[in-house]
Amino acid sequence: MQKKLNQKAWFLVLPVFLLVAFSAIIPLMTVVNYSVQDSFGNNEFFWVGAEWFSEILNSERFHSALGRQLLFSAIILLIEIPLGIFIALKIPKQGWAVSLCLVLMALPLLIPWNVVGTIWQIFAREDIGLLGYVLAALDVDYNYTQNSTDAWITIIIMDVWHWTSLVVLLCYAGLSSIPDAYYQAAKIDGASRWATFRYIQLPKLKRVLLIAVLLRFMDSFMIYTEPFVVTGGGPGNATTFLSIDLVKMAIGQFDLGPAAAFSLIYFLIVLLLSWVFYTIMTANEGKTNQS
Amino acid sequence: MAKIHLNNIAHSYQPNPNGPDDYALKSMEHIWEDGKTYALLGPSGCGKTTLLNIISGLLTPSEGHVLFGDDDVTSLPTEERNIAQVFQFPVIYDTMSVRQNLAFPLKNRGESVEAINARVEEIASMLGLTDQLDSRALNLSSDAKQIISLGRGLVRDDVNAILFDEPLTMIDPHKKWLLRSKLKKLHQEFGFTMVYVTHDQTEAMTFADHVVVMKDGEILQVGTPKELFERPRHTFVGHFIGSPGMNFLPVSLEGNKAKFNGQTIKLNHDYSTDISDNIMLGIRPEYIAVTTPDNGGIIASVTNVEDLGKHKIVRMTIGDHTLSAIVPEETEISTNEVSISFTPENTLIYRNNLLIEKDK
Amino acid sequence: MTLTLNNINLSVDGEVYLSNVTASFKAGIFNTLLGPTLSGKTSLLRILAGLDAPDEGTVKFNNGDITNIPAKKRNIAFVYQQFINYPSFSVFDNIASPLKVAGVSKSEINGRVEKISSLLKIDTMLSRKPSELSGGQQQRVALARALVRNADIILLDEPLGNLDYKLREELRLELPKLFKETNSIVVYATTEPEEALMLGGNIALLSEGKVIQSGPTMDVYRRPQNIQSALTFSDPPINICAARSLEIANAHSIGIRPHHVKLKRRNTADIELNAHVTLSEITGSETFVHSLALDQQWTTAIHGVHHFNAGDEISLYLNPANFIPFDASGNTLAILESEGV
Repeated sequence: MQKKLNQKAWFLVLPVFLLVAFSAIIPLMTVVNYSVQDSFGNNEFFWVGAEWFSEILNSERFHSALGRQLLFSAIILLIEIPLGIFIALKIPKQGWAVSLCLVLMALPLLIPWNVVGTIWQIFAREDIGLLGYVLAALDVDYNYTQNSTDAWITIIIMDVWHWTSLVVLLCYAGLSSIPDAYYQAAKIDGASRWATFRYIQLPKLKRVLLIAVLLRFMDSFMIYTEPFVVTGGGPGNATTFLSIDLVKMAIGQFDLGPAAAFSLIYFLIVLLLSWVFYTIMTANEGKTNQS
Repeated sequence: MAKIHLNNIAHSYQPNPNGPDDYALKSMEHIWEDGKTYALLGPSGCGKTTLLNIISGLLTPSEGHVLFGDDDVTSLPTEERNIAQVFQFPVIYDTMSVRQNLAFPLKNRGESVEAINARVEEIASMLGLTDQLDSRALNLSSDAKQIISLGRGLVRDDVNAILFDEPLTMIDPHKKWLLRSKLKKLHQEFGFTMVYVTHDQTEAMTFADHVVVMKDGEILQVGTPKELFERPRHTFVGHFIGSPGMNFLPVSLEGNKAKFNGQTIKLNHDYSTDISDNIMLGIRPEYIAVTTPDNGGIIASVTNVEDLGKHKIVRMTIGDHTLSAIVPEETEISTNEVSISFTPENTLIYRNNLLIEKDK
Repeated sequence: MTLTLNNINLSVDGEVYLSNVTASFKAGIFNTLLGPTLSGKTSLLRILAGLDAPDEGTVKFNNGDITNIPAKKRNIAFVYQQFINYPSFSVFDNIASPLKVAGVSKSEINGRVEKISSLLKIDTMLSRKPSELSGGQQQRVALARALVRNADIILLDEPLGNLDYKLREELRLELPKLFKETNSIVVYATTEPEEALMLGGNIALLSEGKVIQSGPTMDVYRRPQNIQSALTFSDPPINICAARSLEIANAHSIGIRPHHVKLKRRNTADIELNAHVTLSEITGSETFVHSLALDQQWTTAIHGVHHFNAGDEISLYLNPANFIPFDASGNTLAILESEGV
């Protein structure tokens, strides 16, 4: 029966499967189709094989965009995950303050991405933005449109402001599910605050942290709207991440073939790195289940 | 190690309690003697866990003092009280091995590596954990995990007491008695004061020298299992201990006789006749003899006979009152009406739910 | 009404859950399934309910094959160990919910809910929410919901498992009475031999996915067909001893129930054993004394509360009339009362 039930369940999945096929798989196949052909307008296409792929993989432009992207995601994860855990630990466990904190935390998540970009673009401007004006008044040499370090700092702070809340909310949910007995036992065992965190809270947070890391990695690796609104990829190419480069190539230059190959490579990198994170973070658990 | 003195302790979870109903724990005075085993027994919500948490310091009582020996520890935090506690759900540190789990309380107190190792080995062999010392604690069965939780308490040889909060709830029924005998053995070896909270009478009476029966935040009786069975001081204790519990009948007294429903029951003692409060006669089902109606005695009608193989439980009514009796397996109850008699030395009299004490 | 299982087999992922189970359950009598955890009780109930179908075998209801009829088309009620009620409904609406779904008229719903709730003594709390009730009361609401709809089949999976023992005692007494008034087939799964004895009726003993014995509860208890059956239907565990050690020739091993092991001589035929106490367990009305004699563990059940220390020397008295003899393969031999010792 167990088997029969499973087969029936497949039918229930069928509508979703078809939907995914139309929305994801078919467009993906179109992209694959583009990536192996060259076009000269007028709907004339001819076969080029793996040429676009090798061109992209060997291009300086792709390498530098990929390098920037990896650096950006690494910085984002290194700031947002610890900061998120830290804030989650500081949110009270009960009382009226809980809902206040959670609502405040959720606010940045509710703002549309391009609005976030616009807010920060204005906020950091020297002439009319509060942040830019104050920095200028304090004689700090800051200009995100001219200086690439300043541009990076602005985008990173913006992303941290926008997305740390997600990590906080996930961690808070994880922390609330730890039974009281664990904390009581830790007190009785004389554990320090750090030991309690290290041996109780962190291990119990592992599952939500895996989700948080995966979500934040994928999102930051594919970031487009906010830096596009704030810096447009500049100054120069300083904040031209993979997605921005891809759009430039596909829409700005209308190089459909290389852009399609670029997309596929991009997609595979995200998939590969997500898999690496997942494998590393669940490595210990796998052993646990087997023994 | 020292005796633990609860001096006029009371606790309310509300900041400004009005009246006794707001107290989870009503004012009480109790001394836990050094090296004895105690069980706190009562239905859920009777305040037994509150009392336990006051001893361990997880909770500060709203009134009164906690003394360990002569030291007032009322305001000391848990980690400075030298108390070990085992919880309902096994608490283990997931990322650590069994050895690291056992060593954790000692490591936190900054003991030397050699001392820790020696002590961990000793405790592990006592608990039968030697073979598993280096496996990860997360992978073990829940009874092994509970033994580790216990081990973390035992590993500190300076603890004042070990507290247990329904520790066998999650344990497979067939392994319960193994753990119980292990606990008893450990007590004989170490002589720690142990306090064990449970709602299960078997667990309480098997484990403890002294059982503390609680209800609605009050201690109703402290006694040995035998005392609780033979001479429950409160009608609730009589009802709660034993299955089926004690029978209670409203009676009026005349010297050494009790009158019930127009029939006379002989008692072992004289009771002054001016007692006019709520008087109840208490008799355990084990001490009621059931015979055929032509034998005289009190007549009762049988409503049901449950054959439990080892014995039968006869359910009866007299007037509006129900009564249970336990009879040997070979007894045949064939009639609707039976005659019952009570053993006088086991027939107790209660005034306003409290036993009227008479010397035997 | 009869519900029959014929040669039921069920395995999941290569693990055998039920093996060749044949059993029948009748209306008007309490049917108990007794077995330790993981013996297959819940799998069997799920097949009866139509929540799972067996790999092989048939389920028949009054001679009609219902093996492949899904749960919602069978007229069944299921009560679980957890108290499952609708948290946002009042007690009344909880009990009335199956009737409302079935489209029963308002006046009839009122009448039936009233009757069943007074039977279960929850008629004074009909307007409350389940969360305002104690555990025992919540389970009464779940029971009332199962009883109110006159289901053909009522399945109960350890319904008293999560209750304090005093509440358990109370409900155990009431359950057989409650179900006497319904025309449903009642199947009740439990892990506790004593509960099965209190409920009476018919019993099927389950062990490792097999029915090892079935019949009227008292008959099965008094006359176990084999060692496995005696072990399953015994709490505390029955004492099993090599026949040779007791100098009994024509049996391989002997089973003797703990309450038949006495601490005083009752009969001249009694066999005396010297024993050392290992632990005494006190249940409130009884004391179980675990002791060592003849190089094995013995358990004695005696009435009342008695104190023993580990290491105390005691004498055990066994009356051969109470012996249950088994042959080498564990099957019960004819009772050897007459042969004496």
